[in-house]
This record gives sequence, structure tokens and C-alpha cells, in this order.
Amino acid sequence: MFKMRRILVLGIVFLVGVLLFFISSCSPSRNQGAYLYERDCSSCHMPDGSGLGELYPPLAGSDYLKNNQGKLACIIKYGISDTLTVNGIQYDVPMEGIKKLNEVEITNIINYINTAWNNQLVEQKLEDISLQLKKCN
Amino acid sequence: MSKKFVLIFGIGFCFLSLISCNGSGDDKLPVYGEINVEDGDSIFHSIRDFSFINQDSQVVNNASFEDKIYISDFFFTSCPTICPKVKKQMLRIYEAFETEPRLEFISHSIDSKRDSVPVLKAYAEKINISSDRWHLVTGDSKAIYDIAKDYFSIAVEDPNAPGGYDHSGYIILVDKDRHIRAYCDGTNEEEVDEFMEKIKKLLAEMDKK
Repeated sequence: MFKMRRILVLGIVFLVGVLLFFISSCSPSRNQGAYLYERDCSSCHMPDGSGLGELYPPLAGSDYLKNNQGKLACIIKYGISDTLTVNGIQYDVPMEGIKKLNEVEITNIINYINTAWNNQLVEQKLEDISLQLKKCN
Repeated sequence: MSKKFVLIFGIGFCFLSLISCNGSGDDKLPVYGEINVEDGDSIFHSIRDFSFINQDSQVVNNASFEDKIYISDFFFTSCPTICPKVKKQMLRIYEAFETEPRLEFISHSIDSKRDSVPVLKAYAEKINISSDRWHLVTGDSKAIYDIAKDYFSIAVEDPNAPGGYDHSGYIILVDKDRHIRAYCDGTNEEEVDEFMEKIKKLLAEMDKK
């Protein structure tokens, strides 16, 4: 009887563990955004969003990010070669687009960047990002 | 039962702290690489002769680092993967040792086709470094790939690698006798912290002589 109860308790603990694991790996948005940022963006923009010198602009506390929310999706997908002014510094190293990303992934990356490192920007909606991506030049 | 556990844990902890203290005493940094014995003398692995050109079109060779220690890495300016992270960490070291004249830096470009002197100059300006302390060098690509072997880094043209080149992100510390004394993964901030402690140790070693 005692043994049975122990097996039962262990079983429940195991099930709860499995459940928690699935919940954590399935909850999308910020987690996927963080993962994709690390994979596709952090080499140049750095894990803390600080950028690198005058080569790669910062994303943390960036005025450009704040004032150009509507351009981000197209920049991420297709890159940019214009000279950008970020927090008063000019950046002219072109950025390559990451064409493999889909609209959901791009939305998640933008929402990660918008809320990471004390950035307090409004969350973007998938519908808006989809529309923007249809109108990229 | 629990007493026994505490005892085992305690002994284990003491043992671990003994081991960890062993490495951080007064002893010197190791000399890395193969040791060859010639006529009874141990010959330590050392960096071969080299001569490259830096971002200010100046020749950089072994004599440039005479009586100095230096940090070496491999990169290319259009690198889409680990190079910027390594540069960020190198910059941390560069700034931390700003007032140390005995420490210099050399970053070898493994892309001699694209990384001309003006390209290296522009890159140096954008990360705000001076060739007085940090040389971004280019040269014959075979010579660069060969010397990479001396530094234990991998630098080979690989069409499958992102950007067309494959290379390691190691940062290497070389002493005034051209021996490798420490290295770390230049993308790992914590390893770089430890690496900086080793730089201090090597500088202290120079003070004693």
C-alpha cells in the first residue's frame, strides 16, 4: 500500500514536470523572439542590444527603433543599405536581410527587441507586420 | 543517513576548494603547445616569423612586439557570424588595459581579397581603435592561414561556411618570447573575464624579471 502511494506520487510529479516542459516550450512569442534574436541578430547587435562601435547600431535605447517601428519588419526581412542615424551616430554598413524568416517569426523578434533591455515599446500585431511585409520596397 | 551525506558533501567540498586554490597561487601561466627536446633542451612551441601590413599601411612583424606581450585573433570585416562578438570582447580588453603600454593587439584578416588596407582602416575607425596599440593586419593569405596554425586557430576558406570562411573565435595571449600562455573563447564573456586575469598574471611575471 505504502509502495503504491509512492509510485503514485512519483508518477504525478513526473506528469507535472512533463506538462511544465511542454507549456514552457510551446508558449511562443517572447521565447521564440529571444531564440531567433540570439540566432540571427545577436552576432552584430550583441546579446545585450548594444551594437558594436560605429559598425552596428544599438537596439537597446535606440531612437531609430522607437521612431521607425513601421520599417522594422522590412529591414529584418530584406536588409537595408541606407545610412541610418541612431542616437546621433551615422551607420553605413549595410545589413543583410534574413529572408528565411516568416511573418510570425519577424513579429516575435520585433516584440522581443521592443521589450528587452529596458526598451518599453508597444507590442506589434501580426496583422500589421503582415501588411508591412507586403509593401516592402 | 543525513549525517553521512553532510560528511561526504563536506569532504567533497574541501577537496574541490583545495583543487581550485591550487591553480590560483603564485605559479606561472602554462606554456601551450608541443615541447620538442633538442640536445637536452626543451624547445617550446612558438610563433614563427611574420610580416604583415596594418590599417595604417605600416609593417607589423615580430619586432613590433619586442619586449611586449600581445593578444591575437583572426577575423574578417564582412563576417556575419562570431567576429563582431569577438571584437566586442577584444574591445573590452583593449579598454580595460588602456594604460598598459606592454600589451598590444593584432587581429589578422583571413579575407585578403576584400579586406584591403583602406577597408581595415575604415573598420578600425568605426570601432575607434588606434594602430599604436591594435593592428588590423592583412597579408599573403597562405602566410595568414599558416600562422593561424601557430596560434591554434582554424582559418580556412570554406565555401559552406557563412561568409565563405571558417575560423575559430579564440583569443590568444602571447608572451615576449613568442610563446602562447593563455587563450579563451572570444565569444564568451565569462571566459574573457578569466582571460583578463591571466593577462594581469603575465604582466606581473614580466615585472619580476
